Amino acid sequence: MTGAPISRGFRGRGGGTNSRVPPGQHLVEDFPVLSAGPTPPVDLANWRLSLDDGDSPLAEWTWQQFLALPQTDLTVDIHCVTTWSKLDTHWKGVSIDTLLEAAGLTEPPQPYVLAHCDGGYTTNIPAEDLLDGKAMIAFEFEGEELDPEHGGPARLLVPHLYFWKSAKWVQKLQFVDPEIPGFWEENGYHIYGDPWREQRYDGD
Amino acid sequence: MTATETASATAPKKQWLTATVREVIDETPRVRSLVLDVPGWPGHRAGQHVDVRLTAPDGYQAQRSYSIASAPVENAITLTIEMLPDGEVSSYLAGEARVGDMFELRGPIGGYFVWTPDLDGPLFLVAGGSGVVPLMAILRERAIRKAPQPATLLFSSRSYEDIIYRAELDTLAGEGSGLRIFHTLTRGAPAGWTGQTRRIDAGMLSEIGFAPGRMPRIFVCGPTPLVESVARTLRDLGHSPKLIKTERFGPTGR
Ligand SMILES: Cc1cc2nc3c(=O)[nH]c(=O)nc-3n(C[C@H](O)[C@H](O)[C@H](O)COP(=O)(O)OP(=O)(O)OC[C@H]3O[C@@H](n4cnc5c(N)ncnc54)[C@H](O)[C@@H]3O)c2cc1C
Repeated sequence: MTGAPISRGFRGRGGGTNSRVPPGQHLVEDFPVLSAGPTPPVDLANWRLSLDDGDSPLAEWTWQQFLALPQTDLTVDIHCVTTWSKLDTHWKGVSIDTLLEAAGLTEPPQPYVLAHCDGGYTTNIPAEDLLDGKAMIAFEFEGEELDPEHGGPARLLVPHLYFWKSAKWVQKLQFVDPEIPGFWEENGYHIYGDPWREQRYDGD
Repeated sequence: MTATETASATAPKKQWLTATVREVIDETPRVRSLVLDVPGWPGHRAGQHVDVRLTAPDGYQAQRSYSIASAPVENAITLTIEMLPDGEVSSYLAGEARVGDMFELRGPIGGYFVWTPDLDGPLFLVAGGSGVVPLMAILRERAIRKAPQPATLLFSSRSYEDIIYRAELDTLAGEGSGLRIFHTLTRGAPAGWTGQTRRIDAGMLSEIGFAPGRMPRIFVCGPTPLVESVARTLRDLGHSPKLIKTERFGPTGR
């Protein structure tokens, strides 16, 4: 970085840089929690996951039906916009490819997705960013069922984007065109959110 | 160029600005406030935060988020930082930094955990430790702007010495201020202490907070376990999740 003022006396923790850590990020061992409001209570009996094309329903699964779909394991690094990254996290879930297939679709009906969650949270992602094994609806973390505070029973997992895109307590993926900015995207965060390009805030 | 790139190209990039330490204030043995001169600062709303970036002489950089403690109307940006054992950035900001030292920041960030005097409804603020920082910006703003909404702060600290802004909070809660402050100390209280001495629970929240029917605007900030349990309990007590805003600062504690 040219032009950045030196902070006198700051040395940092050193320890070299890790090529798996995007710029401006640092590694953590624990798993910080960030969300805008209270953690919603879990009610598996009434839990539903649905896919919509605009306002038309495409498919819907109960918790039992969802768990009966083919499952995928994923080991990935995750990157939060508040600058922590966590390496080699293990997840189990149902890939978005599998969901599309189960809904009888060969490709996304619209180019963008708006994810809707319990509590009203939303986030937007280009549909192609959810395909080819890049994303899943995860229900297990490190071999255990996903904690409610981390999005349990199920969250979207899009590890190649900043973690606010990995919407907790996800209930619906709505395919849309044009793109509709979600909750943080409306609140000044970047519309896409690539950690490797440091797309933290609107305009980055 | 994709549609995504077009959309983001319309907004100006948030600039890194140079902050120079104007004043250092010891708040508690482990917490310091830094009053900063930040030429070009665009202004903020109470509750927002900044990203701070430190650069070492060898070019190494580290970046963290810090809430703004000063009210928007004050002519300065104040950050209040708790020193964490082995903390890379906090040990610099709350330990090493002196008047005249420089680092970068950009912001303000966050359009959600914010309060302005034109929001109606009583204010219920719940803080754990340094989680009081963005709530202090709200209380300072409320006082300076003479906002009429009644306000209550429930503040959990480890010990009496660890209460951040203790004297200023007492002053803010003076006669006719409409502000009530309740402290709870979780790791031992001094002789003669009349406040609470347990972790925040349902009994405390219903006794101290406003009734759900009054539709208080609730801001909860602190370490994750505190925020999780307070937000869940408030919800169970009948407060609308839509009126409960949370900000979580720390690790999970697990
Ligand atoms: C929106 C936002 C606003 C924030 N505002 C403030 C603020 O106003 N004042 C403030 O002091 N901090 C604030 N924080 C926390 C701050 O960003 C840093 O996480 C904190 O200063 C630790 O950074 P560090 O580099 O010193 O520690 P690191 O080097 O990152 O970590 C050192 C050790 O401390 C642990 N740790 C990290 N954070 C915490 C914590 N908060 N409590 C206990 N242990 C921790 C880590 O797990 C690690 O083991 C805020 C965080 C967010 C996301």
